[in-house]
Amino acid sequence: MTTTKTRPALARRLLRRPSAVIAVAWLVTLTAASLGAPLIAAHGPLDQDLTQVLALPSAAHPLGTDSLGRDLLSRLLYGGQPALLAVAEALAVHLVVGAGLGLVAGYLGGWVDHLTTRIGDLLFALPAIVIVLVVLSVFPGNLHAAMVTFGVLGSPSMIRVLRSRTLGIRQEMYVAAARVSGLSDAQILRRHVLPRLTSTVIVQAALFSGVAVIIQAGLGFLGLGAQPPAPSWGGLVADASQVIDRDPWMLVPAGVPLVLTVIALMALGDAIRDTAVENWSVSKLAASGPVAPPPVAEEMAEETAGTSRAPDPDALLSVRDLTVEIGGVPVVQGVSFDVMPGETLGVVGESGCGKSVTALGVLGLVPGGGRVVRGRVVFDGVDLVGSPEGLARVRGSGIAYVSQDPMVGLDPTFTVMAQLAEAVRRHLGTTREQARERVLELLAMVGVPDPPSVARRHPHQLSGGLAQRVLIALALAGRPRLLIADEPTTALDVSVQKEILTLLHTLQRRTGIAVLIVTHDWGVVATLCHRSLVMYAGQVVEQADVEPMFVRPLHPYTAGLLAANPHQAVSGHPLVTIPGAVPPPRDWPVGCRFAARCPHAADDCRAAPVALVQPEQARLTRCLHFEELVDEGVRR
Amino acid sequence: MSALRLVVRRLLASTPLLFLTSALTFVLVSLVPGDPARTIAGQHSTAEQYQLIRDRLGLDQPLPVQYWNWLTQAFHGDLGSSLFSGEAVTSILSNRLPVSLSLILASTVVSGLAGVALGLLSARRGGVLMRLVDGLATLGLAAPPFWLALLVIEVFAVTLRWFPVTGYVPLEENPGGWAGSLVLPVTSIALGAVAIIAKQTRDSVLDTMNKDFIRVMQANGFSPRSILYRHILRNAALPIVTVLGVLMVSLLGAVVFVETVFAMPGIASLTQQATIQHDIPVIQGAVLYITVFVIVVNLAVDLAYVRLDPRVRTS
Repeated sequence: MTTTKTRPALARRLLRRPSAVIAVAWLVTLTAASLGAPLIAAHGPLDQDLTQVLALPSAAHPLGTDSLGRDLLSRLLYGGQPALLAVAEALAVHLVVGAGLGLVAGYLGGWVDHLTTRIGDLLFALPAIVIVLVVLSVFPGNLHAAMVTFGVLGSPSMIRVLRSRTLGIRQEMYVAAARVSGLSDAQILRRHVLPRLTSTVIVQAALFSGVAVIIQAGLGFLGLGAQPPAPSWGGLVADASQVIDRDPWMLVPAGVPLVLTVIALMALGDAIRDTAVENWSVSKLAASGPVAPPPVAEEMAEETAGTSRAPDPDALLSVRDLTVEIGGVPVVQGVSFDVMPGETLGVVGESGCGKSVTALGVLGLVPGGGRVVRGRVVFDGVDLVGSPEGLARVRGSGIAYVSQDPMVGLDPTFTVMAQLAEAVRRHLGTTREQARERVLELLAMVGVPDPPSVARRHPHQLSGGLAQRVLIALALAGRPRLLIADEPTTALDVSVQKEILTLLHTLQRRTGIAVLIVTHDWGVVATLCHRSLVMYAGQVVEQADVEPMFVRPLHPYTAGLLAANPHQAVSGHPLVTIPGAVPPPRDWPVGCRFAARCPHAADDCRAAPVALVQPEQARLTRCLHFEELVDEGVRR
Repeated sequence: MSALRLVVRRLLASTPLLFLTSALTFVLVSLVPGDPARTIAGQHSTAEQYQLIRDRLGLDQPLPVQYWNWLTQAFHGDLGSSLFSGEAVTSILSNRLPVSLSLILASTVVSGLAGVALGLLSARRGGVLMRLVDGLATLGLAAPPFWLALLVIEVFAVTLRWFPVTGYVPLEENPGGWAGSLVLPVTSIALGAVAIIAKQTRDSVLDTMNKDFIRVMQANGFSPRSILYRHILRNAALPIVTVLGVLMVSLLGAVVFVETVFAMPGIASLTQQATIQHDIPVIQGAVLYITVFVIVVNLAVDLAYVRLDPRVRTS
């Protein structure tokens, strides 16, 4: 429906790209000049001037002359006519066969699709140029037959792309709706499918045309196209090759226009694709306009809030004022916390609050090209921020990491044994044999049944739960003192989740390892953690021992999260949720970031950044009105 | 064991391709207006001589029978003989095969090694090098191979006089000369191909770098060298191998031109000559050889997949 409107817009936006403008200008000029060659060229393509043999460019011959004194510019322009015709022929066939079959295969599916795909694969495996040569041996000098053949042989790429696009569109809702409303297949194709495929087809067509230009010139070069003395682009290159030792200049007018034409076609294809993608993403993201720098709340009086500025010397890990930016936008701001030896700290919050970024920031591995811009991460007395050596020493042997989705956490191309043994050897410096033994011990330690058999497997042969155990074993290979687990159970089945939690619990009791666990599941916090940290919109909003936090939350966000805990849901009552959503980093307000969703929010909340305060021993909250929560809790 | 099964299955699956190309060639060739018997017999032959040749070539039989005969002979290693030299097609092709194979294999090895190195470098450095690789890839795709070959000749043979302009020295005759005679043709081909491999390498290395398991390895202290060369490269290798396979097949096109430009007696230039001369048995033989080559390359790619990706091995 909107497609007819966006198409002229697409063309207009396309012309805002310099590369597209230059490409179009070149192609239009070339086409016009070739078609108008008799009007433009000062000399006939066959006019010989034996006094001007192999001349360099001059006013009379802008591109010079060849070995018979013929004007190269006019031979180039006249040669453009058969070249353009040949490309047009190949392109027409390519479009009819490739686009037609792709569309039909994608739309109809079933055996038609199957057959088309098979034929496409077969055609794709054929060396096109050789088949074209065979055709030319049957139809000597018939460039039309050659280009038609080439159009067919080049169709598999078009078939593949269009087939998958059409398949995608067909499955969309409104096409299904159009079907139900009784439109015929032809009508649906014309009205709903074809308009959306236009840019895809043009992109493919542009790329194919580029190849066709080279092929037709190549055939001319081999003497299989237009016969001398008739001018052709390939023939020009062949002429140039005859005089290469005497007149290398001729290579330039013979080849450069050819190369430029192909580049122009490729650039045009790229530009159309990029414009179409841009079109899609702009409408998808809703015109947001230029992004204003996000309001960065000035952190105040952090010292008064209990966590002193200085790292805690007794802590195993002491994070102070950690600030992480991704693409210049702060996503985690001024986060401070400690993890004591043997302690389990839970980091809780909804998706997009910066929990995972905080965890990875500790290891100096912020995803998406982000980096730690401020703060200190002191592990075992060493500040890791800005210290690649410190990080290299600590990773694996001091701090280990378990990722969220175990199915993609292991290298799919190596066996479990190979990966674990590599970790063991790296950290413990053992022999190959000792490493293998240690791997089996580790696997037994994380409760893997039949370690030797599992060790021989590749990751894709493991179940999710087994893969997570292997990942935990990998993390333990370097005998770390702190384990950072980023939602280690989220991707698993509920029954397996319990097993993994039990495993972590057992391991912790047995080895005394400290754990920093990122989760949005209060069940995990209740089972494993001593203390927990609640994060909202890149900041710590509350920190407390687990029991007091469950019983008496001092931040409305914590209270909301606890109320929304599905474990506490009473059957028959609707699940409680916090209205609204976490604002993205660029939309963070100046004042309290939770104010927009908070039932207690007042004007003072929105006025200025809210600092963390310490209402009682070992508790922190970033709320101006926590007393109201306390009163409410008492009333409840 | 599973690799063997794959080979067998693949070979069975490629049989249609062999039949398709040979039957296609056969049908096309039957459309040729000329009469091969007349060509062979020459102008001064008697009617009996002419008819004898027609009988020998089986030209009076229906097309499917002719095709069947050709097939059965082909199975026995007999592809007929050239209409011009009278030499057996198999022996012509066997003489020519090493030339084209040297050219294609050397070009693949050179552009593969250089392309992967350049791609890795540009993935790690980014910036200018990355744009250079992109630009080179565009140029490599856009510049016709025959024109690139002429440029290479102009620079290295005519101006600098470092290498011979044309010709081919067989490997068994003089290994040094063989390598020397390959330098310029391979350079002409690789100039275009290197950037294509480099671009693919960079894209798949960057793609692999963002995988979860790489972060897990980094976080757990695997050595950066091992992460890059053992894990990233191996995972990135799959798409690179695919592109290398496609490249090897598409190099056939470039080889047609490069053999012509450098006057190398390979299969591709033979096909081109036979095309001009309408030497049908030679064309049929060449198409058969080339199809077999394509099948072997695809098989090699599949085997590389099996070697590299355990998921293919067990599925």
